Amino acid sequence: MLIRPKGGILDPQGEAVGHSLRKLGFDVRTARVGRVVDLELETEDAEAARGEIHRMCEKLLANPLIESFEIHVNGS
Amino acid sequence: MTDRPLVAIVVFPGSNDDRDAAWALGSVGAEPALVWHEEPALPAGTGAVVLPGGFSYGDYLRTGAIASTARVMGAVREFAASGGPVLGICNGFQILCEARLLPGVLRPNRQLEFVCRDATVRVESTESLFTRRCKPGQELVIPVKHGEGAWYADEGTFVQLAARGQIVLRYQEDVNGSLGNVAGVVNEAGNVMGLMPHPEHAVDPLLGSADGGLLLAALIDAAAAHVVAVPA
Repeated sequence: MLIRPKGGILDPQGEAVGHSLRKLGFDVRTARVGRVVDLELETEDAEAARGEIHRMCEKLLANPLIESFEIHVNGS
Repeated sequence: MTDRPLVAIVVFPGSNDDRDAAWALGSVGAEPALVWHEEPALPAGTGAVVLPGGFSYGDYLRTGAIASTARVMGAVREFAASGGPVLGICNGFQILCEARLLPGVLRPNRQLEFVCRDATVRVESTESLFTRRCKPGQELVIPVKHGEGAWYADEGTFVQLAARGQIVLRYQEDVNGSLGNVAGVVNEAGNVMGLMPHPEHAVDPLLGSADGGLLLAALIDAAAAHVVAVPA
């Protein structure tokens, strides 16, 4: 899953990264830094996995006050 | 047995101000007890709980997030629900926000630098259990030392908290990008408080300030009252 700082939330880490990229000569307007969490689950049911990960995000992995999250499920 | 109120100080992996908190609370009249985070219950007769400063779980994921799920937090939640006084200092404040026992969240300092120095905070409300020994508008000098102390809540929440007197301490200058210069908040019931400054490092004039002792002494008053009101 991808976890991002919500729009409008100050992201000092992203600002510092953007600043460094501009110093290197890259034409960067904004940079925002989030987080990727890769999980392996036992279930074969993609929808069940999605629901379970949604609950994990709400309980621990993301803070809804400041972060949004996006879940991608891949079967193996 | 002692007639000093028992204050439980929760120790998480990575807590580092637990023993300072115990020493400081002892110096202002409490019987401190260190409680490991895996304990299912608080010691019998606990009058107040302190979540100390530090870097629980290495600040992984978000500061305080993993500690907020610790086993002992169930007991802390029950204790808070029964009206028991709970104080979170620095990392403890971050944990209480992540546990949703306090409003808002602590974010990385806007300047992306660790700030470590004395800060002056103004007492905005003397209604809470923790600020009863202070005068309205009193300025306290208490050290801060944190990298993630920028308190944030959405605008609606912030306005509501201010109107209800839940913003109890504000920095007198911009220290870390905290919304409204908020340094400390209480829950709606007024028995759970979090603050980024470290009152346990300001209990003796020899160490630069004794202003933190006012907050800790008020906590101990509340601990004594809680033990009488809700016997274990």
